[in-house]
Amino acid sequence: MLERFFQNVLVALPKGLYTTLKHSWRKPVTVQYPEEKLTLPARARWRHHLRRWDNGLERCIGCALCAAVCPADAIYVEAGENTEGARFSPGERYGKIYEINMIRCIFCGFCQEACPTEAIVLGKVYEFVSYGRDGFIYTKDMLLEPPLDNSKRGQG
Amino acid sequence: MSMAETLVIVLVKCVALLVLLLTGFAYMTWVERKVVARIQVRYGPNRVGPFGLMQPVADGLKLLFKEDIMPAQADRLTYILAPAISLIVALMAFAVITIGPAVNIFGREVTLNLADVNVGVLYVLAMASMGVYGIILGGWSTNNKYSFLGGLRSAAQVISYELSLGLSLVGVLLITGSLRPLDIVQAQGGYWLGFVPRWFVFLQPVGAALFMICAIADVNRAPFDLPEADTELVAGYHTDYSSIKFALFFMAEYVNMITMSALTVTLFFGGWQGPILPPALWFSLKVLVFLFCFVWLRATLPRLRYDRLMGLGWKVLLPLALANVFVTALAMALKEMYF
Repeated sequence: MLERFFQNVLVALPKGLYTTLKHSWRKPVTVQYPEEKLTLPARARWRHHLRRWDNGLERCIGCALCAAVCPADAIYVEAGENTEGARFSPGERYGKIYEINMIRCIFCGFCQEACPTEAIVLGKVYEFVSYGRDGFIYTKDMLLEPPLDNSKRGQG
Repeated sequence: MSMAETLVIVLVKCVALLVLLLTGFAYMTWVERKVVARIQVRYGPNRVGPFGLMQPVADGLKLLFKEDIMPAQADRLTYILAPAISLIVALMAFAVITIGPAVNIFGREVTLNLADVNVGVLYVLAMASMGVYGIILGGWSTNNKYSFLGGLRSAAQVISYELSLGLSLVGVLLITGSLRPLDIVQAQGGYWLGFVPRWFVFLQPVGAALFMICAIADVNRAPFDLPEADTELVAGYHTDYSSIKFALFFMAEYVNMITMSALTVTLFFGGWQGPILPPALWFSLKVLVFLFCFVWLRATLPRLRYDRLMGLGWKVLLPLALANVFVTALAMALKEMYF
């Protein structure tokens, strides 16, 4: 017992103390989040964007394949008919209502794969903040990328 | 010196000591969090104020305004008394610690301690063991098995380590022949060979080591923090304490740490004596070194198993302390006979 005590106190203890002291000189590994941010991996999947064609028309055609493939049932799409007066997308129909519930979404990216026009893509914005659950239902105007040129956008 | 003057001086000293100890406690929590964080390669508190220096203030306010919950089956009186006992005893223990030689303020001799007791060291030890009452009563009054176990462990631990703690400083007392902190510090004045300070740690290395180990056990700090072993007892004796009552237990632990560091400095490291700097500053610096050691040890060592704790206390520390007393006494006797 005594022998082990001396072994511990005279050999093991200084060794341990030296190790901890050595670590205290290292630069902390903590990322100071709001000021400092980690670089995301190249293929990170985060918040969705609804993209436009080069001429400013929406890519989404309201086919709801994304909603169908969604394993979390997070997407709700309602299609509308394009008319001569109000044209949103090149084809017959466009996504009139497009909502994603970000609390349900698991960011699997299936919607992106299913989309025939590559309208929905998962981007690099990962900061979802809201005071209530309502704030996590992202509507079309939140998801849609800003129009490239307002004059080419249909009225409506 | 008239009665009124004495009273004023004592009151001023009381307030100063209270402010000093409570600020010391507050910033000790900051130091601990910072040091442990750096050892774990983290930053520690750095959000509230520069370097997180306002963190203790924020924590204190938070604890004050938290809901104070009392368990329904708790023994009300003891439940309220226990944290108060802990803190009062912890604060009282510091009263005899002398942080410097007597100074002259407005032509009046003022000692830098609250009470110049001629059995000061004994008094500190007595108060340190009284502190366990707070813990036992706290553990018992909540009627919760984990708290109770924590309290029991604390009692067993303090009894086991108090013995060695008391014996480990007998060597110093034999050499100085006094229990008065002032005398003990003054006996360590001067240098050997012109540069080695005549600190008792060089005369009593075993005593000093034993004293420091037992001091850690006595204030329930890691690796001897069995009474609040969070992995097995939730939080030990203060599991069912919340809000300011919990804060009082917390304060008591840190104030005890400061007292024990101050006692170590007084007994073994020459007290306030040192070159150039003013005495009180030397004392504070030395105390800070030992406070840092408390934190450093906590960040380094895992908690002892309970049977190992008892084995260490009774089979290792106690025999060593007794042997130390014997050897010191023998040396003193031989010195008296032949020199």
